[in-house]
Amino acid sequence: MLARLKQMLIKEFLQVFRDKRTRFVLLGPPLIQMLIFGYAATFEIHYVPTAILDLDHSSESRGLVSRFQSSPYFTLLPPLTTHREIREVIDRGDAIVAIQIHPGFAQLLRSGQTAPLQVIVDGTNSNTALIAARYVNQIAQRFGREYQRDYMESLNPSWAAVIPSVQLEERPWFNEDLRSRWFFVPGVIGSLTLVIVVTLTAFAVVREREIGTLEQIMVTPIRPLEFILGKTIPFFVIGLMDVTLIGTLGTLWFGVPFRGSLLVLLLGTVLYLICMLGVGLFISTISATQQQAMISAFFFVMPAITFSGFGFPISTMPQWLQYITYLSPLRYFLVVLRSVYLKGVGMEFLWPQMLAMAALGFFLLAISILRFHKAVD
Amino acid sequence: MRWTRLLAVARKEVIQIRRDRRSLGIVLIMPVILMLLFGYGVSLDLKHLPVYVYDQEGSQQSQDLLNHFQASEYFHVIKAVDNYPELVRAIDSGKAAMAVVIPYDFSLQLTRGGAVNVQAIIDATDDNTANVLIGYTQAIISGYSEDVQLDWLQRHGGQQLQAPFSVDSRTWYNENLESRAFIVPGVLALVMSVIGAFLTSLTIAREWERGSMEQLISTPVTPLEILLGKLIPYFVIGLLDVGVCAAIAVWWFQVPFRGSVLTLLVSSALFMVVVLCMGYFISVVAKNQLAASQLALVATFLPAFLLSGFLFSIEQMPAAVRVITYIVPARYYVAALKKLFLKGTPTAMLYAELVPLVIFSFVLALLATRAFHKRLA
Repeated sequence: MLARLKQMLIKEFLQVFRDKRTRFVLLGPPLIQMLIFGYAATFEIHYVPTAILDLDHSSESRGLVSRFQSSPYFTLLPPLTTHREIREVIDRGDAIVAIQIHPGFAQLLRSGQTAPLQVIVDGTNSNTALIAARYVNQIAQRFGREYQRDYMESLNPSWAAVIPSVQLEERPWFNEDLRSRWFFVPGVIGSLTLVIVVTLTAFAVVREREIGTLEQIMVTPIRPLEFILGKTIPFFVIGLMDVTLIGTLGTLWFGVPFRGSLLVLLLGTVLYLICMLGVGLFISTISATQQQAMISAFFFVMPAITFSGFGFPISTMPQWLQYITYLSPLRYFLVVLRSVYLKGVGMEFLWPQMLAMAALGFFLLAISILRFHKAVD
Repeated sequence: MRWTRLLAVARKEVIQIRRDRRSLGIVLIMPVILMLLFGYGVSLDLKHLPVYVYDQEGSQQSQDLLNHFQASEYFHVIKAVDNYPELVRAIDSGKAAMAVVIPYDFSLQLTRGGAVNVQAIIDATDDNTANVLIGYTQAIISGYSEDVQLDWLQRHGGQQLQAPFSVDSRTWYNENLESRAFIVPGVLALVMSVIGAFLTSLTIAREWERGSMEQLISTPVTPLEILLGKLIPYFVIGLLDVGVCAAIAVWWFQVPFRGSVLTLLVSSALFMVVVLCMGYFISVVAKNQLAASQLALVATFLPAFLLSGFLFSIEQMPAAVRVITYIVPARYYVAALKKLFLKGTPTAMLYAELVPLVIFSFVLALLATRAFHKRLA
């Protein structure tokens, strides 16, 4: 068996690495994708073009405007002079946020009453809008708190030291500076491996069938299991290579910390790759042409990534969808990746994920081997 | 160019597509699935985040503050613990997204006056969730702090104070700030990239791989006729899918459509030409279907997903990546889609999106036919 398997492996490796273009395809795109992902995939907002219409012209309103000016998030456009201009800058897309300070703003503040502040946000990009609105609120709140404090002090200077207040002391663990990249890069390792390994394996068997070489192989003494192993081992190796490559790039280039154990990551990667090979093989055995295999693979890849929690928390999905997410192997691997990279925790917390991947992987592999037997007979 | 020959090639392609029932089925339901996927699965509207609390004091005041968390729809207080290790374990294992710690001398400090710190340990692996958590927690704590202050002031004979500000926030174009309205229009670009690039990139590569291209060349069919004949069936499928997507967006997800239907059709047709020619070009360049599929992935699908502004806003990307987005055709199409759906921008103001699409389609059509000539020579 080993001798036959060895021959099969030699043939497969030759086939995969012979062609210059295929060689490039195996290593080039993952690198390019990692770079693009690393830079493009972010929900961080650093730049909110903002227009301000100050109709009050008081020292208070100017104080508020200067808060926005000094915030690193807001880029102020030249001040507006009429209400109509708000409509224009938002419509043209020049500004995402427009702030209007009504006349009488300072008077209300000085008399201790609530002064309204009008904020208009372009909601086309709901995420940017949400974050921008949050920033505006934070700045306004801080200004308000400080104004109130000054106001009370002016009423009775001795109060300042004794008036109680509660403050939040936030401690973001694992990603202290709240960097989006640290969140996305480990996830990219999982999703890129998914795309590459599933699409490659999906072509494995169907390619031989389409070109007509499957019959030739079947008349050799090779057994189905040897054939399958011979088909999957090269892609397993490629998968490991890709994980190593993009994983290293993530740490060395993007500076994402690696705090856990390599061994745990390796175990997770092996189990995950088994799942991917199982899916790919299954698609390959049920497809008649490569085009069909590609489309079917894509049909798996898209939901598997979207429902894994890669970019969007699973907890925001409707309940029925949350059940479906348990079927995505990437869901489990993402937890492993992020835990190993950022949290630095090990098997004591990750065993359920490992178990789930092992179960899914062997189930998928088993049904694709069964399918293959039937397809050959 | 002869119509009969062109139609013959197109008929051959149609027969080939029709014979492959599964691919055809997938191609027709793919838009539906992708639409549902992104409509339901992609949301950043976080609610009911799991929170652990550690009340070191257990006084009336500390419980009062914790009740504020319980009452908020953004938090779901799962458990009250009484030691640090359990708290750390909950964060490490991911059972809690945040842990609130109230100091043992909370009420004492409040009566004594001055600032009291309440600690929030946050799992910041996902920076966006962490940001949202900090924002909501901040709001609760400031609210509580204000109550405490007002209470104190009343007891000390101060006058009734009001909150200095009310921020009146209004969102335009996407009034409820639904992620859905922002994401769903862009799915059209994704669907078309998949259909256009994957399907077409495989059709020509398949002819080469199977050796039927030589047969096709030996007939009097000209390269241009092959190009058009091969692409027209996919063009029709693509436009059909646009219709399906738009219908789901408007009638199922209730995303407003405020622009002109004709403009939607024209821009979709232009984008379709672009992706089809791109797929065709790839398939001429790549010798086999495996390489073609991987190249199609990198050249069309990923840019449409990452660099088009579909999910991640282009303005927030680093300058180098932003420059690259200008050569991504999907960028213009996605921009046009968002304007047509949400803003209702009149057609005359869409030239910034439509003109580049026209240029891209010409250049790519030229490239595709050129490349084919070269392959033949």
